[in-house]
Parts: sequence; structure tokens; C-alpha cells
Amino acid sequence: MDIDTVRLWATVGVIAIGTVAPAISIGFIGSSAVKSIARNPEAASKIQTAMILAIAFAEAIAIYALVVSLIVKFVA
Amino acid sequence: MEEISLKAQELFTIGSFHITNSLFLTLVVSLTMLAVALISYRKIKIIPGKFQSVVEMGIGWLLELMESMLGSAKKAEQYFPLVATIFIFIMVSNLSGILPGVGSLVIRNGGKEVSLFRSPAADLNFTLAYAVISVIMTNIIGIMAVGVFPHISKFLNFKNPIAFFIGILELISEVAKIISLSFRLFGNVFAGEVLLTIIFFLAPYFVPLPFLLLEIFVGLIQAFVFAMLTLVSISLNTAEHAH
Repeated sequence: MDIDTVRLWATVGVIAIGTVAPAISIGFIGSSAVKSIARNPEAASKIQTAMILAIAFAEAIAIYALVVSLIVKFVA
Repeated sequence: MEEISLKAQELFTIGSFHITNSLFLTLVVSLTMLAVALISYRKIKIIPGKFQSVVEMGIGWLLELMESMLGSAKKAEQYFPLVATIFIFIMVSNLSGILPGVGSLVIRNGGKEVSLFRSPAADLNFTLAYAVISVIMTNIIGIMAVGVFPHISKFLNFKNPIAFFIGILELISEVAKIISLSFRLFGNVFAGEVLLTIIFFLAPYFVPLPFLLLEIFVGLIQAFVFAMLTLVSISLNTAEHAH
């Protein structure tokens, strides 16, 4: 396998594998936020703020994977 | 198909400093915001008109959010300029990166065609600068709030080996904060740009609409998240220890 084939496979592999865990964790965060809003509807806006923050953290991991795959494809 | 480049393309040089296309749009955006702010400052009235009411509503919302995070209205007003600047500037930059003309107006630069405007946060320099400013300012705010030695003792703690190790981890976590803040914003905006470039290449009519909506949404959320993370660091650094 020459380096260009490896580069292609690496680009695809990094982003495919790297988005599995953030997707699962965002699902968990959303589900627990919905459950806690159902339990206590008055605190809905606080829970929503905390949920958006936690989802942004989890999504950042997927973004790291995307940046690595873009670097592999376009830079070196 | 225009080429997608990770680095912002250079438009011209002043001396040995390269002006890139995202730096150019950053300048345009900041000059526009300065002009709008100065003009509306001259026209402030006690009974607000439409624009002033909208701005007051926005500022009131952000102040309320900061007060609920920080605990006191005085602290919220004290740290408001930093958080509000980060929020408003990043939001306006992200929204201006979706305007027509960004990415499509091209000029010829030494034989190659280079687009004149590029979304400001699609340049790692922009996001890295904001992340460094945010982390340095939250530490300075922490030092100003609780004093030099209590703040430094969070990082360099010689009481026992475990506390020393935790201090080293805190130091590493500050550096990790810089990296994560900058890459989160850069990755989101650059990925959005690449997505829009590809979609406009594949199906230019009507199909890009949901993607443009997604881009607007992502731009707003990322600005909000950056400002909120700065706010959370400030609230952690200025928390008085309960004795």
C-alpha cells in the first residue's frame, strides 16, 4: 500500500470511528436532560443551558476527529 | 471546484505581514461593528427607539444569564465586557461568513484565484487568539478577585504530593482549555464552510437552504458556547472559598 492509499483510508477511518463515541454521549446527555425536565419542569431553562454546554463539550471531541482527518487529507 | 484549504489564503502583504482573506473579513466586521456602536451611542434616548430596545433586551438577557451563573449582579456587571465581546464578536463573525459574496468573490493573486472573503473563524489564528485571550483573562480575573497567592496555590501546591500532582494537572488543563476552545470553534466553522462549498457545487438551487440554516444555528451556538465556557472559568476562578 503506498502512502496515498493509506492517507485516504486514514481520512475516512478517523472521522468514521471518531464520531461514534460523541454521538452516543450526546444521546445520553439529551436523554438525561429530558428526563430531569420531566421530573422538574420549573428548572427547565437551567437544565437547558447546562445541556447545551455539555453537548458542545461532547461535540468538540468529534470536531477534533474531523480536524485530524482534514489535516491528514489536505496538509501532509 | 474551488480548492479547500485549511490555511486562510493570503491576499496581499504589508511589508512582511500577510493579510489573509479571513483577516480582511475580520477587519471589515470589526469596523462595521465599531461604526454601528458609535452611531447608536450618539443617539441614546431615555425612551428607547426600536434598535436601542433590541440591544437593551439582548444585554439584559446576557446580564441575567451571567448573574445566574456568577451569583451576584455586581460581579456580572464587572465581567460583562469580556464575555459580551467574545459572544457578540464571534456571533457576528460567524453570521457574516454566511453572507452572499463570502467564498464566491474571487480575485486573482499571482496566477491563482483566491476568494476575497472567508469566514473569520475559519482561520485557526482567529480562534487561537480568542482562546489565549480568554484563558489569560480568566486567570488575571482570578488573581484580581482572590489575590495572587490563593490563585497560584491552585497550580503550585506544596502541601503534600497529591496536592502537587493535582496542581500540575490543573496547569495542564489550562493549556488543554486553550487547545479545546480554539479547535472547537475552528472545526465547527471550517467544517461548515467545507460543507457549504460542496453543497453549492453539487446542487446550487434550493437544496442548500437547510444547510444554510444549520450553519446559522451552529454559528450562534458556537459563539454562545465560547462565551459560556469563559464565564464558567471566571465563576470557578472567582468563587470565594466557603470556610
